[in-house]
Amino acid sequence: MLFRLRTSPVARRIAGALFTLFGVSVAVFLMLRAIPGDQITAAYGVEAAALSEEQREALRSYYGLDQPLFLQYFTWVGAIFTGNLGYSMRSHQSVWDMTALSFPVTLELAVLAVLFALLIGIPVGMLSASRPNALRDWFGQGVGLAGLGIPSFLLATFLLGIAAQSWGFNPNGLGYARPWEDLWLNLQQMLLPSLVLGFAIAAPIMRTTRTAVLEVRSLDFVRTAKAKGVPASRLRWRHVLRNALVPVVTMTGMQFGFLLGGAVIVEQIFSLPGLGRQVLLAMNQQEYSVVQSTVLIIALLFVIVNLLTDLLYRKIDPRVRAE
Amino acid sequence: MIGRKNPAGRKGLSALALISAGALALTACAGGEDTGPGDAPQELVIGLSADVDNLNPWTATHYSSVEILSLIYGTLTELDEGLEVVPGIAEDWEVSEDGLTVTFNLRDGVTFADGTELDADDVVASYESIMDEETGAVSATYLSTVDEIEAVDPLTVELTLSSPDAALPSKLALSSTAILPADVDLEAIQTTPNGTGPFTLENRTPSESLTLASNPDFWDGEPILDRVEYRVIPDEQAVVSALQAGNVQMATFDDPLVAQTIGGTVDVIETPKLDYQVLQINNQAEPLDDVNVRLALACAVDRDEVLESAALGAGEVTGPITSPAFLSDPSDRPCPEPDLDRARDYLAEAGYEDGLTLSIIVMQDGYPSTAVAQTENLQAQLGQIDVTLEIEALESGNYVDRWMAADFELALALNGSQPDPGVSYERYFMAEGSLNSVAGYTSETLEELFVQGREETDEEARAAIYEEVSHELEYEAVWVWLFAPYEYTALADNVSDFTPMANGSVRALRDAYID
Repeated sequence: MLFRLRTSPVARRIAGALFTLFGVSVAVFLMLRAIPGDQITAAYGVEAAALSEEQREALRSYYGLDQPLFLQYFTWVGAIFTGNLGYSMRSHQSVWDMTALSFPVTLELAVLAVLFALLIGIPVGMLSASRPNALRDWFGQGVGLAGLGIPSFLLATFLLGIAAQSWGFNPNGLGYARPWEDLWLNLQQMLLPSLVLGFAIAAPIMRTTRTAVLEVRSLDFVRTAKAKGVPASRLRWRHVLRNALVPVVTMTGMQFGFLLGGAVIVEQIFSLPGLGRQVLLAMNQQEYSVVQSTVLIIALLFVIVNLLTDLLYRKIDPRVRAE
Repeated sequence: MIGRKNPAGRKGLSALALISAGALALTACAGGEDTGPGDAPQELVIGLSADVDNLNPWTATHYSSVEILSLIYGTLTELDEGLEVVPGIAEDWEVSEDGLTVTFNLRDGVTFADGTELDADDVVASYESIMDEETGAVSATYLSTVDEIEAVDPLTVELTLSSPDAALPSKLALSSTAILPADVDLEAIQTTPNGTGPFTLENRTPSESLTLASNPDFWDGEPILDRVEYRVIPDEQAVVSALQAGNVQMATFDDPLVAQTIGGTVDVIETPKLDYQVLQINNQAEPLDDVNVRLALACAVDRDEVLESAALGAGEVTGPITSPAFLSDPSDRPCPEPDLDRARDYLAEAGYEDGLTLSIIVMQDGYPSTAVAQTENLQAQLGQIDVTLEIEALESGNYVDRWMAADFELALALNGSQPDPGVSYERYFMAEGSLNSVAGYTSETLEELFVQGREETDEEARAAIYEEVSHELEYEAVWVWLFAPYEYTALADNVSDFTPMANGSVRALRDAYID
């Protein structure tokens, strides 16, 4: 029994993760092929109708579309195990090389967005909780509603337009600069997009913080600490917030999935060559292997972040470890 | 504008000062012609909404790829700003008396980007590859009349045709017939293009940017611009912002509203395109196989209204042929103005006094952005003669599939077009045409006219033949041609000597420069 307790949650988690990845691979494979058209029509448009039968056959075999479905699937999965994620005919790069360029972009965007979200969400949440239903609470709730209610694409387009038109500030129009090429320009280019993404996920973080703080505050140990004369600020930060953080961390981890989805839109509007754009472009070109492998990479990231989130709150909250 | 930029206006000086400032500006302009570019760095940045998808000129079809490839590669002939055929790699050419032999004399000293000299063998090898089914070349059918290609000597190429083809020189101006080295590796040129055009590829980061450098060895002289960077900015609003902030000096739009929001020091040039917006009719099945039903549609449609109300006025009402040299007269049609009474008569004659129901497919997520609105406008118009239009708004992939399979009754389409009307329409309306199954219409009259058009070499006589083609298409109401859309080119005002072309070509970048 002791053995089970120690090893099986980890084993179960890894098995679950593998199953998730398998499911994602099958789902994305089938969904792509359910979309009308194929790589030939995506590449040639209506001109594809003007291709002769021989030309079409030649192209089908070039793109590997003449193979039966299950063979296409196993060729793809088999290649992944040999480290070959596929090749993009559009950019003439392997998916590995494309991802090596695009992943750091999305990672930086996601980290900065989470940073903004925590910087906005936690203080506003605590402010709201400090006096429920008072004016400051309404303000906090208002910020939360705005974050949830304003679509990212609208906020992004608005900020981009205002900044360019009013101040001539449009670093994103200069072509993407990688942090190791020009860090200052890179950070300027990341400012608006990460703010937009961060604002969207600040809302659930703020609301979770508010609820959790209110809940923890009503617990017995807080009353005890207060009775023992712990100063108010120390009580607020060390006792209440620390204990309220578990759901906040969980929520932040969950938002990561949203972040990867939201990144598609924000990267598109701010011309950032990240993972989201990689999927979108490949989708438009119906580059099956690129979409499949990139989606799989995103799913893998999501799984890893969830695992890390689990580990993190075990660290924050000793009770989870005890269970 | 002048007042705002001119300090004299702000200080409130006399009108005289303004006039003399204006005179100065005029002299400056006139002088600019002679002096050309000053010390400004000759680097132009063009905003591109869709990344290049293919750098093989023979198989590329996407507009951004075709545009860039036409700067990197050369063709035997070229089209000038008026879309007239002018010499390219070929200095001149002769057509034999019977029209079956065309001899091209190549320019001496044309070199590829890698330094090797172009000769007749490269031309022969290129055209043979294009005609080879395995290549999947877009232009394969354009060369269908070519029986044999022979390198007579290093600078002479002879094409033997199975039947005369007056449009051949204009076909050989398309970048899909570009000349590549005889020993070309089609995979290698995707990353290292090797052409004879005015620019060479300097650097490409897929989905970010593509930079061209001027070709010092270009046969027509090195372009003034040192560098042209195509920067990928996928979002249309972001392109506007980049133009406003001065990050980008040039971009094209199809939406006049977007183009108008730019303002500042950016000029917007309106160019009528060769492409045309058309209500395509599948003539093969009932009830549309009846010419009277088709004529009813053609008479009921108010093209001006579709253009003005649904398409934001961004175009010109047109007949079948949009090419300037062969332009159809838009009033040469059964009902130059919408005529509902005649439309009802036609319907009655076809036995549909009580109206009928038709379905129409339209692309909901493609170009132009107003396609669905246009269809709704058509729905309202046809409703007046009791023709109920059922709209099927489709995702682009789905639309293309249905369009290619001719699986529709009506389709709202934006079709591409070429300067030569034969090249544009033979593929649709000749039985052997590669898109005839989509158009679903052919007639002896049309077949004869197209053959005459190919055989006739006299420009005026050709124009008369294609006028008849146009007339025939309209009076048989084969399709309902609506309008030719405008393209809007936003250009920073310090870019000089650039003229957009109706076929979307940016050939003028050879002469453009930055003040």
